Amino acid sequence: MSPTDLAVQEQQASRNQQRVVNDFSIQIATVNGSGSQTANMVLLRSILLMGVPVSGKNMFPSNIAGLPTWYTIRASKRNYIARKKEVDFLVAMNPETAKEDVLTLEPGAAVVYDEPLKLNALRNDLVFYPVPFDALVKPVCPDAKLRRLVRNMIYDGILAKMLGIDLGLMEKALGKQLGKKAKAVTLNAGALKAGWDYAESTFTKQDPFFVEPMNETAGKILIEGNAAAAIGCMLAGVTVVAWYPITPSSSLCESLITYMKKYRIDKATGKATFAIVQAEDEIASLGMVIGASWAGARSMTATAGPGISLMGEFAGLAYYAETPAVIFDVQRVGPSTGLPTRTAQGDLVQAAFLSHGDTKHIMLMPSSVEECYTMAMEAFDIAEQFQTPVFVMMDLDLGMNNWMSDGFKYPEKPINRGKLLTAEKLKQLGEWGRYKDVDGDGIAYRTIPGDGLPVYFTRGSGHNAKGQYSERPDDYVENMDRLARKFETARGFVPKPEVDTVAGAKIGFIGYGTSHWAIGESRDQLREETDVKTSYLRVRAYPFNDELASFIDAHERVYVIEQNRDAQLLQLMKLEQTPDRQKKLRSVLHYNGLPIDARSITDDVLAQEGFEVAKKTVRTAGSSAGMTGGE
Amino acid sequence: MATPLKVNRIGLEPQVYKGGKTTLCAGCGHNAISERIIDAFYEMGIDPKRVIKLSGIGCSSKSPAYFLGGSHGFNAVHGRMPSVGTGAMLANQKLIAIGVSGDGDTGAIGIGQFVHLMRRNLPIIYIIEDNGCYGLTKGQFSPTADLGSKLKTGVVNDLPPIDTCALAVELGATFVARSFSGDKKQLLSLLKAALAHRGTVMLDVISPCVTFNDHEGSTKSYAYVKEHDDPVEEVSFVPFFEDISVDYEPGSMQEVTMHDGSRLFLKKLEEAYDPTDKINAMKRLHETARRGEFATGLIYIEPDRDDFLTQLNVVDEPLAKLPLERVRPGREALEEIMEGLR
Repeated sequence: MSPTDLAVQEQQASRNQQRVVNDFSIQIATVNGSGSQTANMVLLRSILLMGVPVSGKNMFPSNIAGLPTWYTIRASKRNYIARKKEVDFLVAMNPETAKEDVLTLEPGAAVVYDEPLKLNALRNDLVFYPVPFDALVKPVCPDAKLRRLVRNMIYDGILAKMLGIDLGLMEKALGKQLGKKAKAVTLNAGALKAGWDYAESTFTKQDPFFVEPMNETAGKILIEGNAAAAIGCMLAGVTVVAWYPITPSSSLCESLITYMKKYRIDKATGKATFAIVQAEDEIASLGMVIGASWAGARSMTATAGPGISLMGEFAGLAYYAETPAVIFDVQRVGPSTGLPTRTAQGDLVQAAFLSHGDTKHIMLMPSSVEECYTMAMEAFDIAEQFQTPVFVMMDLDLGMNNWMSDGFKYPEKPINRGKLLTAEKLKQLGEWGRYKDVDGDGIAYRTIPGDGLPVYFTRGSGHNAKGQYSERPDDYVENMDRLARKFETARGFVPKPEVDTVAGAKIGFIGYGTSHWAIGESRDQLREETDVKTSYLRVRAYPFNDELASFIDAHERVYVIEQNRDAQLLQLMKLEQTPDRQKKLRSVLHYNGLPIDARSITDDVLAQEGFEVAKKTVRTAGSSAGMTGGE
Repeated sequence: MATPLKVNRIGLEPQVYKGGKTTLCAGCGHNAISERIIDAFYEMGIDPKRVIKLSGIGCSSKSPAYFLGGSHGFNAVHGRMPSVGTGAMLANQKLIAIGVSGDGDTGAIGIGQFVHLMRRNLPIIYIIEDNGCYGLTKGQFSPTADLGSKLKTGVVNDLPPIDTCALAVELGATFVARSFSGDKKQLLSLLKAALAHRGTVMLDVISPCVTFNDHEGSTKSYAYVKEHDDPVEEVSFVPFFEDISVDYEPGSMQEVTMHDGSRLFLKKLEEAYDPTDKINAMKRLHETARRGEFATGLIYIEPDRDDFLTQLNVVDEPLAKLPLERVRPGREALEEIMEGLR
């Protein structure tokens, strides 16, 4: 045993002596397709209803039923909603992974497990609560066929008792989750109570973890980023949607279908004010979006990396022919099929330059579910104002996990449809050319089929300012330079970064998207544990704004923190920063498919800063979170 | 007094329907097709401002620049015109869409989008200018080249052809026809009928490539096609705005009423042919192909099936033109959603 291991144990032992309140993580290991999602959501929501900040992350296999899945719930009085690396409380329901799940825990952790698994024999430095799930489920669920689904609710009851979660609130959460399905509510409430009763009569509390009421979550909602983006699209007035099912983006369009059917049916006629088409592939999806935008509709698609790869040719057409398009990329782990159900930020470079020739695209980068909502609306405005594709770079963690958030605010501004030619404007201009830059911002006026204004021929081949076919060198250069000018106009227009400058900080952090949450927590760790001060710039869009250069200038070393192997955000920055600034840039990279966590960032930064970092032997929670060889 | 100008029923002169000067080879079948398109739109009195012209990539796909200069056009990417057309029609169903593709653009790179376009019955006229080869890349075989057909270089095609008409019938297209760029009368009647149809029109027009595929040994040459053209019926079209009575002997003619009230008169030739019978249509296509001939004319029609927009139950107004208040639900909708998430 190394000295570090001892240190960890000592730390752990001392922790055991005091109560750990609202600051721990629970991991539930089940088999997918067993109905555990309901039990997990009820547990998550009940903690939220206790007023305690909470987050939930699903680590699931690319499979429908029968393979291991892990759900991690983190309660955090300090509002940390990133993934926590360590697991404090394990619920081991899956015989296949139970042993490894237990062996990877830190000493002092607690384990609720299915009694026949006899996990208590594995270690003597953990707290074990064996539960005879099969025996408990029988009396509460007479129908043997339903037992498999109801069984999981028992661990919610056990946890409520052991952690101190109000059973009434858990029942309320159950009602919310199952809605009007009265029979299911009754069955599950029975299982919940059975778990609670069993824990009350059987166990003595030996672990230090408690949930205690707080007042931090009043009015908060729980929502997946995909659903949040869908709401944004609906309020942006989207009318044509084309998509092809792909994890992790499918639920964006599926949520949208649900919302649109409810809120976008014309009352007078019962007809839809939208068209949503499941296309034959991602190529056709973007083709339909381009056709619809060209004909004047607000149009979008949602996909993941493999779909982005397929969309390359059309993305170039939209860039060059200048048709708006809104493309959500809910990123997953690549390359190729990669890990389809795991999270990453690996499509940044590909999306930025998607397609052959000199092509570059605007990207928006939401960090929160609220930004998924607001940036969805902004994306449509920007796509129409700049007459170009806009990529909204989400990721699986943001899109498919439930996040706590304030309620969304109703948009106060009308939509902006950009430079559409009008008869009046035409009179003022005298002569109109589809690609003529009359305002000096690189953006020309466009007409729409059916609007009665001058027509033009849209093409992906070379064209002049009037939209006529041209192979002339001067026409080509003039057009490409105008497109570059348009991109520069966008630089000052896209969402600005969020900057937190700390006086005296020599170190700057840069990140985007879901990394934001772990970055904030890591900055606290660095300040509190090692007295290292950091400033932070959160990138929210590409092209980068001018704030980026001044942020780099203001710090000695700048860590670009992201969830991919090749430092893609940093690479994009290098392309436009001076050599002096480039020298300051360093990388913190996380790319194992699990959401980035604060401790990994902190350890990496300290190591790069020359600190002696105690390499814990503790393996990442969920390091076992992935099956092998199960194809 | 000046001679009154010739105008159509909406008061437009033929000139309005013309396009730019063609850059295709002299004698190319595609140019004849462009002329028939111009005639059909003029004679049917279609406002060019309502028309969108769509195409993919290739010689055929250049041709929308050579007709209807007063219409919007979109020359998309290779083989992907169907999706662009689909999006445009979803955005504005008041538009009239005409797409021009080629046999490579459709049968090879674009076969996937072609297949799904046919399934959806989107209102669009989809024309394949079919010459059995890739002209713009100098004469390679395309997937509609017949077995045994010979390239100029002597290379013989040894793969079976894709019969785009048979495929379209199989997939559910509601108007499937084949014609020959050299048959002015038949092609014009079919194009006018296409404009009267609500749903997908698949019109395969054999259109010889004078430069790369018009030699002895080719099955898509002018000489070969003239020799092997086997019409299934004689097509006459009477538009809805013309009140013409047609007298015919019972049993000699089949009359089909189109979506807009126009009428098609299909005169029977030696062998009886019913273009509303799908199985019969497939049989005839296969039999004719086995003889090395081309079945031309209206192969299949289903005038009454719902088009894609009807199936989607979209509002009657163009989606692209709906005002904000009809596409942005009110505050109470957002509040209701938020409450459900708390």
